[in-house]
Amino acid sequence: MDFQYTILIPGLMFLSFVYNILWGRTQAPKIAGLIGTTSILIAAILSYYTAYQYFFNVGLVNGTFQAIIPFKMEWLRFNDLLFIDMGVLLDPISIMMLVVVTTISSMVHIYSFGYMHGDDGFPRFYAFLSLFSFSMLGLVIATNIFQMYVFWELVGVSSFLLIGYYYQKPSAVSAAKKAFIVTRFADFGFLVGILLISYITGTFDFGLLNDPNGAAMTQGAGAGFLGLSVMTWALILMFIGGAGKSAMFPLHIWLPDAMEGPTPVSALIHAATMVVAGVYLVARMFPLFHIAAPDAQQVVLAVGGFTSLFAAVIAITQIDIKRVLAFSTLSQLGYMMAALGASGYGAEEGIGYTASMWHLFTHAMFKALLFLGAGSIIHAVHSNNMTDMGGLRKYMPITHLTFLIGTLAIAGIPPFAGFFSKDEILVALHQSSHLWYWVEVVTAGLTAFYMFRLYFNVFWGENRHYHHAPHESGLAMTFPLMFLAFMAIVSGGFFMFDFGQFISANLVPYDIHIHWDVAGFSIAVAVVGISVATVLYMKPSAIPAKLANAFGPLYKATYNKFYFDEIYLFVTHKIVFGLIARPSAWFDRHVVDGLMNALAWITNLASNSIKGVQSGQLQHYAMSFVTGSVALVLFLLYFMTR
Amino acid sequence: MSIMNLNSFIYMRHELVLVAVILLFLLAEIVVGSKNKNFTVNFAAGLFLLATAIGFLPIPYGEMFGGMYQTSEVNILMKNVLNVGVLIVFLQSIAWLKKDENEGRITEFFLLIVSTLVGMDYMISAGDFLMFYLGLELATIPMAALAAYQVYSIKSAEAGIKLLLLAALSSGIMLYGVSMLYGANESLYFADLIQNLSNNPLNILGLIFVFSGLAFKISIVPFHFWTADVYEGAPMNVTSYMSVISKASAAFVLMTLLFTVFKQLSQEWTYALYITSVLTMTMGNLFALRQKNIKRYLAFSSIAQAGFIFLGIIAGSQMGMSTVIYFLAIYIFSNLAVFGVAGAIFNQTGKESIDDYNGLYKTNPALALTMTFGLFSLAGIPPVAGFFGKFFLFTAAMESGFLWLTVIAVVNTIISLYYYLLIIKAMYIIPNDQPIEKFSSDFYMKAGLILATVGILSIGFFGGIHNYIFDISFGILN
Repeated sequence: MDFQYTILIPGLMFLSFVYNILWGRTQAPKIAGLIGTTSILIAAILSYYTAYQYFFNVGLVNGTFQAIIPFKMEWLRFNDLLFIDMGVLLDPISIMMLVVVTTISSMVHIYSFGYMHGDDGFPRFYAFLSLFSFSMLGLVIATNIFQMYVFWELVGVSSFLLIGYYYQKPSAVSAAKKAFIVTRFADFGFLVGILLISYITGTFDFGLLNDPNGAAMTQGAGAGFLGLSVMTWALILMFIGGAGKSAMFPLHIWLPDAMEGPTPVSALIHAATMVVAGVYLVARMFPLFHIAAPDAQQVVLAVGGFTSLFAAVIAITQIDIKRVLAFSTLSQLGYMMAALGASGYGAEEGIGYTASMWHLFTHAMFKALLFLGAGSIIHAVHSNNMTDMGGLRKYMPITHLTFLIGTLAIAGIPPFAGFFSKDEILVALHQSSHLWYWVEVVTAGLTAFYMFRLYFNVFWGENRHYHHAPHESGLAMTFPLMFLAFMAIVSGGFFMFDFGQFISANLVPYDIHIHWDVAGFSIAVAVVGISVATVLYMKPSAIPAKLANAFGPLYKATYNKFYFDEIYLFVTHKIVFGLIARPSAWFDRHVVDGLMNALAWITNLASNSIKGVQSGQLQHYAMSFVTGSVALVLFLLYFMTR
Repeated sequence: MSIMNLNSFIYMRHELVLVAVILLFLLAEIVVGSKNKNFTVNFAAGLFLLATAIGFLPIPYGEMFGGMYQTSEVNILMKNVLNVGVLIVFLQSIAWLKKDENEGRITEFFLLIVSTLVGMDYMISAGDFLMFYLGLELATIPMAALAAYQVYSIKSAEAGIKLLLLAALSSGIMLYGVSMLYGANESLYFADLIQNLSNNPLNILGLIFVFSGLAFKISIVPFHFWTADVYEGAPMNVTSYMSVISKASAAFVLMTLLFTVFKQLSQEWTYALYITSVLTMTMGNLFALRQKNIKRYLAFSSIAQAGFIFLGIIAGSQMGMSTVIYFLAIYIFSNLAVFGVAGAIFNQTGKESIDDYNGLYKTNPALALTMTFGLFSLAGIPPVAGFFGKFFLFTAAMESGFLWLTVIAVVNTIISLYYYLLIIKAMYIIPNDQPIEKFSSDFYMKAGLILATVGILSIGFFGGIHNYIFDISFGILN
């Protein structure tokens, strides 16, 4: 089977970007949208076809999924051993990501027809969407770390452009900057990690790095620093890059602010695709993490587990619906990371890996659904705050129903998708670490609680007096909702007992089972969370306010996201700016600039003093020619005879 | 020495096709006359496109006339690169040629350019100094006519006569050098000279005089003085042709001569290149800093670029040679992008001062963007091709142990960054009450600019290109 056409999947998006950015403005806005949407739909169809061919026809050889590289070219060669390729790598997780990215991106493209309708920057918006899809697809199919890094940065840039899409709004601009700076800061760790790994192993190639019997597994095990091997450090550094993109604690601060971007962007980038890049990175390097650097894997588990609890606590008190969803994204990403951290390499022990990827898949569907639903609500009531909402179920039946499905899915109620994938994660944690198992069970309860708090506040409760009656959105917006709701139902149960057939750490298909002991308990916890939320929020009551009062300082700290923004501001403004930047600036202004100015002055002087040479007189030119030749001859003869 | 037969004329395909093109130009002029401008330009561009395409067909390599003429894969590659460059020059010239001032002289322009191109091709394929000299003269004398193309403009006429006189001087000195080589070695065949050349003073004189002659064409300091005056006086498109195609071919020929014929004297020519390279980079940059006229500005920028080319030659390795060819190809595309935009603006508005570019981005964003790519590439800013070109040049020089030369080159790159960014600053940042008005170029100009931009953006990204060139290159060592 020849998969060469897969290069078209990112390629089409690139063409769409180039077309829209160059010629988008010169024609009707609709054309730009149509071009972007058509490209992503074709890319999606190609991805589905690839997935079908790979999983059902050619992928499985001797009971193991093989990696296929249908396209590869050498891009930069440093020496005979170390070079950078650009190519397409097809293996189970990259194909799964192709499906996720193209599906969500298609839905967001369609949805934006309705949501961004009439916006001045319509073609620009679609151009950036295409650029983002291109970068994300390029990242997913990378054959080596360096290609991944290149696209990783491109993803960062396109995310920056999309968050700052409303560039007239100061808050959007500062959110874009914050996202870019925080992730860039983390990417520095990534880059150093890449350099370390390439230095240790002499290769960037995933195939060579991840071979469980390969040289990379033992190289770098020896020499250490602070008790950890070089490889462990390298992988921890790489994980910092992944933690930045996936907004893991303590690098999570950019994600809630990134909600300043248009809501479809939040759905695409900050829920379903870009933020899972960090999870994908760890999954991509999983054999290396697990075999060569178990300590680094422990870091992944701890960071992921803590983030999921931490974010869920904050989500309880937020009133901006997009921020609630943002923190719930953080929490769910924490689940995925924790599952990877707890996973073994194969069979029953490797279930964490499968569960993580499965949760990535189902989460992409229901979280995109929730975000797009939130967009539909915001579109109708022109506010992000749930205090401005209430009783919307009567006005927006489709949004209501689909949002409810999404909420049930994330809360982990069977038979919705989230239940199955989350259950497998809990099973994996149960096997390996009881501490983090209990943390995630508590988190599951909190998740059910805050999601239903959101749901009841928006759709139930008292009817507000809206300026104009909210109305259901058009088909362009409701169709993606219905499609994703369908996916949120089937992507769990439908694949039940099958997901392990496609994706597992050691590439050998494995039958996963539902563990009713773990599952039953988690359902009970979720139901408790939902019940509490129902009591508190379904009908207007004074209890929540009383509770908030009772918990006073704790409520306030949570509401202010544990003051992390303030801590960062203190560190950056007082310590970095005051103690480091200001003295450096003084040095720069007075010493470095002084030197530079002196150099510029000398250059200018030199330039000034030779300008007379260019006299326009032919005789002078001829003279210089002859003199030059003779001088060279004399010089060489002198040297030769010496 | 191989026995010659008619079949071996296939080796000379590039030159023969170009000669046929010249004859067809003449024939068309007679049959159709000079009145039908559209036919003339379409015919010329179409015919040359065909000739360019033919150049890319597979071809056997070999030698003719007892070794006076020889081709190899790398020669053919260079000829093809030149053809593509000339094609872009043609496309960019058409709007200007159609103007009333050039009434009746359109064919003349094409004719003269293709003639010089034939000369360059022979120069590239020469296996003997006589052949080489013939090619050189054929590439030079029509060039003077081209510089004086606008006969009623004093500046253009002055440019023509200056070029002609100085070229005569340069040829004289070069022939003098060739005669010394003959005197010392009793042969002008490259094949003989490679074997016999020893470092006696006569050979060194020969080396330096031949070097001076080619350095004149590449505008190496101190043989460069004609450049600014001629570039400024000549029509924009001729300047573009001279600074790009003519210079690239001469640089390539100089490199192959030094690597083959003069390889026994590598120690000597290394000194010569070292000194002139440093002088050229520095002087070119220092002069470019204060130019107000875009043509003079580009003249000095191209002088500075020539100094960088020497970095690869001086490295003397296979890496050095492949990098020089790579850099030349990038240089051609980058400069043609910049010249193309400058030409389009000049045709439309008659403006050629750098101040006139203020605020260009507001009115003509596409042109400003093309110009930006070209300038970024010349300055060597990633991710455009120029960065890779410079990166490999520095790598080649470093590998061969020229640390200080590389340091000087890096410093010069920084200086050049300043004046390349001046234009970018003018286009994007400096406000202007009366910017150049929005206009639309003709199809040919757009095609030419797009070709150049595609070249700039793609060459860097396809690593295979450099590897291919590397495989067919040779160093001085083997």
